[in-house]
Amino acid sequence: MTDLLAARTQMALSLGFHIIFAVMGIGMPALMVLAERKWLKTGDPVWLDLAKRWSKGTAILFAVGAVSGTVLSFELGLLWPRFMEYAGAIIGMPFSLEGFAFFTEAIFLGIYLYGWTRLSPKAHWWAGVAVAVSGTVSGIFVVFANAWMNAPTGFELVNGLPTNIDPIAAMLNPASFHQTLHMTLASFATTGIAVAGIHAWMLRKNPEDHFHRSALHIAMLVAIPACLLQPLSGDISAKFVAKWQPAKLAAMEGQFETERAAPLRLGGIPNEATRETKYALEVPGALSFLAFSDFNAEVKGLEAFPESDWPPVAITHFAFQIMVGLGTLMMLASLWVIYRWVRKQEVAHDRPLLTFLALLTPAGFIAVEAGWVVTEVGRQPWIVYGIMRTADALTPVPGLIVPLIGISLLYLFLGVVVVYLLWAQIIKTKPMTQEIRTP
Amino acid sequence: MTLAYFLAGVTMLALNAYVLLGGADFGAGVWDLLARGPRAARQRAAIEDGIGPIWEANHVWVILVVVLLFSCFPPVYAHLSVALHIPISLMLVGIVLRGSAFTFRAYDSTNSPVQKHWGRIFSIASTVTPVLLGICVGALVSGALKLPVGGTFAETYVMPWFTPFALAVGFLTLSVFAFLAAVYLTVEVQEHELQEDFRRMALGAAVAVGVFAGTALILGESTPMRLTGNLLTRSWAIPFQLMTAAFAITTIGALVTRRYTLARASAVLQVSALMWGWAYAQFPAMIPGVHTIESAAAPHITLKLVTIGLCGGAMVLVPSLWYLFKVFKAEPASAFERVDTAEYRTGKD
Repeated sequence: MTDLLAARTQMALSLGFHIIFAVMGIGMPALMVLAERKWLKTGDPVWLDLAKRWSKGTAILFAVGAVSGTVLSFELGLLWPRFMEYAGAIIGMPFSLEGFAFFTEAIFLGIYLYGWTRLSPKAHWWAGVAVAVSGTVSGIFVVFANAWMNAPTGFELVNGLPTNIDPIAAMLNPASFHQTLHMTLASFATTGIAVAGIHAWMLRKNPEDHFHRSALHIAMLVAIPACLLQPLSGDISAKFVAKWQPAKLAAMEGQFETERAAPLRLGGIPNEATRETKYALEVPGALSFLAFSDFNAEVKGLEAFPESDWPPVAITHFAFQIMVGLGTLMMLASLWVIYRWVRKQEVAHDRPLLTFLALLTPAGFIAVEAGWVVTEVGRQPWIVYGIMRTADALTPVPGLIVPLIGISLLYLFLGVVVVYLLWAQIIKTKPMTQEIRTP
Repeated sequence: MTLAYFLAGVTMLALNAYVLLGGADFGAGVWDLLARGPRAARQRAAIEDGIGPIWEANHVWVILVVVLLFSCFPPVYAHLSVALHIPISLMLVGIVLRGSAFTFRAYDSTNSPVQKHWGRIFSIASTVTPVLLGICVGALVSGALKLPVGGTFAETYVMPWFTPFALAVGFLTLSVFAFLAAVYLTVEVQEHELQEDFRRMALGAAVAVGVFAGTALILGESTPMRLTGNLLTRSWAIPFQLMTAAFAITTIGALVTRRYTLARASAVLQVSALMWGWAYAQFPAMIPGVHTIESAAAPHITLKLVTIGLCGGAMVLVPSLWYLFKVFKAEPASAFERVDTAEYRTGKD
């Protein structure tokens, strides 16, 4: 394995690991705050039980999210020092602001977790709101920085060096709006569907269970708006990619030829050697329409770019298909739940729906991972699109396979522990509505 | 260019906060490891109570240091990341294990043998990480991070930080963290016996601080920067050293006479004076022999915007932190504390 591949693998692994906790760190506080709100309003102890369980889950996830995020802030330099040296002055701003937002989140999470008996109920609820808001804001700031890597603006290149830097323009680059929107919605959709799925599974055994019904209710309240808006946000993203990163769009779609009325491909296996995508179900003109709002628009194929500028086509294409497919299923599940709510006022007796939701438990996470593969692998061979190649950003330190193995083992271990703890702490233990002990 | 100096100062201030707050958490982990005797379990419980609510926030300071470095002084961040690749990577393993083990231990209440393992991981990681952090700082101040062109792997990536001086600074850092933790804990525990335990620990750690500081001072003369000379001869260096010494004597005196609040205040000033003495000794160099504050600073517009961002951030952060400490470190405990959650919260709000 070359050092470049080792570094890219380590970065992918670290980001892929962290994003799961980041997503839950944004979504879980919303669930917990909604449950506590219900408790304050109704006095039904089931809501307090839920708020406490979810806050424990949030604490575990936040701790791992915080340490894996700390690792990333160092890893950017450990693996890509040339990138950071180049880009630090341009996109350091959102990172600094993210530092503050994250700090605020940590402070109020501490207050929330340990303050059940120290604060008035109202103040405690507001501490939860502060956690939810600052968590979301901190995610948005980080995605700003990533958006800049896709749409590097806010500076001029003079003799290969960035000059006339405008950090505000860099932060509010053309990719910022749609990327932050897509990621924020994804966080709520993923968390909501995952929690709903777990409780849907439990309800299959006992549809009358008050605890699981309540949990499913809150989870779907968070999931539904996000799942329904996500396809629209995806459409905005696709139009951006078509305009700004045509090579990425071509890879996403397995589009090798430049053509008018380009088809949308469902499935299919792209072959870079023969430059064709086989076995796809093609919807004529649909890609042209989705990308440029015109069935006859010209879509640039990969042939328009030198092969040295191609991203890995098959990976990008498969990841894109997985993301869109799972997103569609999550949207359908949301519509189904709405339909049941409107018609029967409850979902717990619709076994097929419960099974569907249970099967979708991991869907959001897989979709988020796939989506980041599209963004990041699809941007290759560039680390800053069109400006700096990933290979040129690499650290001169040799033997990068060693930290890769180390971080892989460490994260594997942590992943197993977190799953076990969440299971033991939140799901397996019997409902304890009179629980007094705080963590 | 004054903005660059200001932001370098803020970065140092964030590092100072990390040492005083996050450092004490590491130190508490060290005492967790060393807890012995009949009161070991109670000592551990006191340590956990002290860290609990605030630990996440304490450790965000290091992220602030990192983001300030790479926004405002990108070449410094890049250079350190290359030259100190190995100790920083090892330090990260320690940070990950320590942070997650602490939370896992708190939440893994179902199974006590497993919980013991978490406690062990937590305390070992708490002990190793500060040494690595100190080694990084030691290597930085010693002026050995020039990255020789065409050197071997060992010459480039190991020798600069694997020196007696850097190791001495590593152990100095460890003892400073343990010292801070023990001093803080004397104020935080209520029981007399535990207070006496932590007082003894604090005095022991104070001796270790003195020993390693002395060792570092002696070894400092042989570093490429001839550090000891700088620490002692530059115009304002002597007052810094005298201040550190005066605060150290005050802290020890306060501990001996059991004036714990005074000891805490004085320990905070002692450690801060030590850190700013170091900063002053290498000023205006950021990486001695490689970068100064001016040579490494990002363009003015970036510095200006980061400064504005800092002010905005501080306006959110300072009241939040104040609230956090008010809620958890206020004495006596708030009225809500003595009421059972369940009882007190059964009615409608």
